[in-house]
Amino acid sequence: MRWILGRIGLFAVTCAVLLAVNRVVTDNIRVDIVSLLVLCGLYATLAVSLNLINGITGQFSIGHAGFYAVGAYVGGAWTMLMRPALEKSLPILHTGTQIGDHLNLLIALVLGTVCAGLTGLLVGLPSLRLRGDYLAIVTLGFGEVIRIVILNTDAVGGPRGFTPITELVNNHGIPLFWVYGLLVVVVLFSRNLLKSAQGLKFLAVREDEIAADAMGVNTTKVKVTAFVIGSAFAGAAGVLYAHCQTGITPDSFDMNTSIIITTMVVLGGTGSISGSLLAGMVLTALPELLRNDFIKEYRMVIFSTLLVVFMLTRPQGIFGHREIALPRFLRRLGKKGESTP
Amino acid sequence: MQEFVQNLIYGVETGAIYALIALGYTMVYGVLRLINFAHGDVYMIGAFVGFFACTQWLPFKDLSQHPEAATLNVLLAIVTLFLAMLICALLGIVIERFAYRPLRNGFRNADAHFWGFVAALPLTAFVGAMTTTKRQGAFLAVGVIVGFALRPAMAYLSKKIKPSSSRLNALITAIGVSLVLENGGINVFGADPKFIPDILPKRQISLLGIEFDSSRVVILIVAAVLMATLRYIVLYTRPGKAMRAISHDIDAAKLMGINTDRVIAFTFALGASLAGAGGFMVAAFTNIKVVPLFGLQPGLKAFVAAVLGGAGNIPGAALGGLIMGVVESLVASKYPQWRDAVAFILLIVILLVRPAGLLGKNTAEKV
Amino acid sequence: MKLRRQSFLLGAVLFGALLGGYGCKDKAESPSGGGSGDKPGTKTETTTESKGNSVTGDTIKIGEYGSMTGDNSTFGISTDRGIKLAIEEANAAGGIQGKKIELVSEDDASKAEQAKTVVQKLVSSDKVVAVIGEVASSRSMMAAPICQGAKVPMVSPSSTNPEVTRKGDYIFRVCFTDDFQAVVAAQFAFDQGFKNVAIFTDVKSDYSKAFGELFGKKFKSLGGKIASEPTYQSGDVDFKAQLATIKGSNPDAVLIPGYYTEVGTIARQAREVGVSIPLIGGDGWESDQLVPGAGTALEGCFFTNHYFVHDGTVEPHVQKFLDAFSKAYPGKKPGALDALGYDAARVIIEGLRKAKTLDSVALRDAIADTKDYQGISGKITLDKERNARKEALVLKIAGKEFKPFKTYKPEQVGL
Repeated sequence: MRWILGRIGLFAVTCAVLLAVNRVVTDNIRVDIVSLLVLCGLYATLAVSLNLINGITGQFSIGHAGFYAVGAYVGGAWTMLMRPALEKSLPILHTGTQIGDHLNLLIALVLGTVCAGLTGLLVGLPSLRLRGDYLAIVTLGFGEVIRIVILNTDAVGGPRGFTPITELVNNHGIPLFWVYGLLVVVVLFSRNLLKSAQGLKFLAVREDEIAADAMGVNTTKVKVTAFVIGSAFAGAAGVLYAHCQTGITPDSFDMNTSIIITTMVVLGGTGSISGSLLAGMVLTALPELLRNDFIKEYRMVIFSTLLVVFMLTRPQGIFGHREIALPRFLRRLGKKGESTP
Repeated sequence: MQEFVQNLIYGVETGAIYALIALGYTMVYGVLRLINFAHGDVYMIGAFVGFFACTQWLPFKDLSQHPEAATLNVLLAIVTLFLAMLICALLGIVIERFAYRPLRNGFRNADAHFWGFVAALPLTAFVGAMTTTKRQGAFLAVGVIVGFALRPAMAYLSKKIKPSSSRLNALITAIGVSLVLENGGINVFGADPKFIPDILPKRQISLLGIEFDSSRVVILIVAAVLMATLRYIVLYTRPGKAMRAISHDIDAAKLMGINTDRVIAFTFALGASLAGAGGFMVAAFTNIKVVPLFGLQPGLKAFVAAVLGGAGNIPGAALGGLIMGVVESLVASKYPQWRDAVAFILLIVILLVRPAGLLGKNTAEKV
Repeated sequence: MKLRRQSFLLGAVLFGALLGGYGCKDKAESPSGGGSGDKPGTKTETTTESKGNSVTGDTIKIGEYGSMTGDNSTFGISTDRGIKLAIEEANAAGGIQGKKIELVSEDDASKAEQAKTVVQKLVSSDKVVAVIGEVASSRSMMAAPICQGAKVPMVSPSSTNPEVTRKGDYIFRVCFTDDFQAVVAAQFAFDQGFKNVAIFTDVKSDYSKAFGELFGKKFKSLGGKIASEPTYQSGDVDFKAQLATIKGSNPDAVLIPGYYTEVGTIARQAREVGVSIPLIGGDGWESDQLVPGAGTALEGCFFTNHYFVHDGTVEPHVQKFLDAFSKAYPGKKPGALDALGYDAARVIIEGLRKAKTLDSVALRDAIADTKDYQGISGKITLDKERNARKEALVLKIAGKEFKPFKTYKPEQVGL
């Protein structure tokens, strides 16, 4: 039983730290930096969740923005359309109070996650028949279809977007807490999956699908599971995105977004959780940090040239299949310190 | 019925352009199993070559003021068509040489130099823009020197690099090249829309109540001629034969003494020139706006068309392009907002029924 | 070991549960200021109300965001010319209370998302006291909540969608709204004898959609008929299918309330498809790229606009503006957007002169009081809705030129 207590303690501490950081940061740092941090967290979440599909299970999905969009719009629809109707009978849902805001966000998260997961199931099914590039193009197609369906749904604003879902966010310092909370959950989930017996099945599918099938792995189930989990997390990120922006438009979830997320996974090292995490953060922050007067105009071309060069010079990504783990890193540092007198 | 036939004809017009671009995708996919995402941007470059040729490089005359210049303009347009094809073919070769060949054969010194130069260009362009235009040449030279300076670092790195066979990797490289072309286009050409002036005489042809525009007919004819030429090259010439051999089995082709690198470069040049011709014709004859993202949507559609017909299959690409154009046009006449979605829905449905595309061969995976 | 692995998984679940629990736990603790959070009137202490930005140092910073690049780049560039001119003039005249005005320009690349990002930067990082922008209503509406939240007044030079200034009391505009412009277009179409009009709207733009709806309403109330209402999306290049629908419905004229980037192509394809009736548009057509894009296809068509440079005699303050403009930008003729950009900047500068203190909250009140200000594009009085009430022009396209055709005052169309 000790470990349960230990875990609870650990998570309580994590929560407290996140909360404290959140309070301090949102009260003292400029809005644009907070919103950049939020974006970094969200893209890291997206990259790690896509890594579940592309890296760990070896599938080839390049339509992740579709699930992100489903989450964002379902979450937005809850807050903007359904909540106001329910609020009358359930005063607890009233926004502007701490509990109301957090509860609403939680409900939106659950709804967005479930819907995105179901969409993932829908998209995951063709993966049973298709491989490689063909699967890639179908996922890309699904992503675009989702976007166009949203574009033509007038209830959520159609092409002009769904604005604004601000009332939750600007009042309290919610964004960082939830975004980084979600990131921690996704990272821990992926890591634990990799270390579990279940995770070995995912890896087996990646390494050799036919062999895995022969060894008795239910490859169908594994692939669909990967799609569902990956897209559910993307949906959760979408919900948070919708609530941290002044508004969402279908254009935020176009093919480019999908491609950027895929790039993060590949650049970080396909299969490496820490790689995806880091690449997600860096690739989001880099174009914004380049936004200074000196290279403002050329930032995107520099960014894309770097991408090509990086792909050519380090095809396996930053970390390859490897991970960086903080404890091991510290241990190694310690050892080095001992060996050099 | 009349409206249906009319829309059918519009669909064939659009489809012919999709087919022209799709051929480039499918040929590259055939020999390399690579989705050349930068292909749509080559199409964009074709349109820009057309724009600059029509407004600056060549002595085109504005037809609304000089109606007698029609013959001259037609001749010049033919020159521009070949110019666009040539420049795009060169671009295709450069892309293949410095972006995709390093993926296959490893990162060499020359690649290091090239990318060093490209990486230094924005910097020189930035400094160059601040000074007089005369001195930009000097700054370009600085770019070359910076490229040389970066060379040892790149060369050091390149020793540690193993060629990658990962599909994802190739895809991201292709996407990266596409982004370089698009963003570079924004820097070089500017993102504001540009329009090619009226250079060709246009006539409205009315046949049984169906409207034709002469320029669209020209696009159709030129596209058909180009496709027929391509078919001849692939089927009846030596490089075409080599292409087919590589597409069948690249290693065996190498063993038979085929210079695969050269043939692959040739394939890229061929595909890119078709795209360039398409880009110029669309920009010049339909006068739609020319922007650096000109090729994004058509490129994607053409790619879908290539997959639809069976990636790697040349008649398949032409068929896929035509089907896409016609279906889009028919859907757009009733539900314009679903035009883009229908392309993908069609793709998904067809791939679920025939996973290798319409004309593609379904190969069973062996253990 | 197995237990340990599972413990991680369980741990993750527990963490999730804790995350959920935080909401409830926090509720019990946070309204420590007094009473329960459900009671009205008790704001929780974490709510940080913005106090607005105030001027520090020797310069007064005014922010500008616009589409300097991207699809509608001529919008941003024209507006920017006007704004810069106004600010240079004000600085040459000694600035405000001895302080120079500094313009911080940001490019949103014609993208709504970017507009939000750059405005966030302007108000929180550059600490500007006022923001000028945008031309396109969709982008103005994306950025307006940020300015409202930060209590920084935003003056839009030419966003005409009525919703823009409804985003809050810190959002102003110096142009008329589509409530008026669309009605003028409808009245004009009716006066020209068009009884059956097709409306071709861009569903991607707030401006276009509102324009089309308001036009249709007014036109029907005048006794006209709407033949058909197909749609397109900005960025499309092929409009023939929709134009064939329009042709089938046999209208007398087509209203295209879009932006110049598509209008040229639409006009060309309309002629190809055999639609040879006049096309009517709004101020989104105003661009020197309109005619190059359309060739001869727009000959004899009409669009409503804010302002036009008259060749004849003009009022002295307009003449002064024309002189200054031709001096600052040789060879360029000011269009409506240049004039509106100039007016927007002038309204802010006048506001700064009148403001009691140099901060964004006082500036808002001063701007809201703007009355009978002699702008280049007409006399500007900001009403309670923070909109300007001005007259509208109808221009006719003849060759490569725009020619003034008719003028409508608000009273003339029953407003």
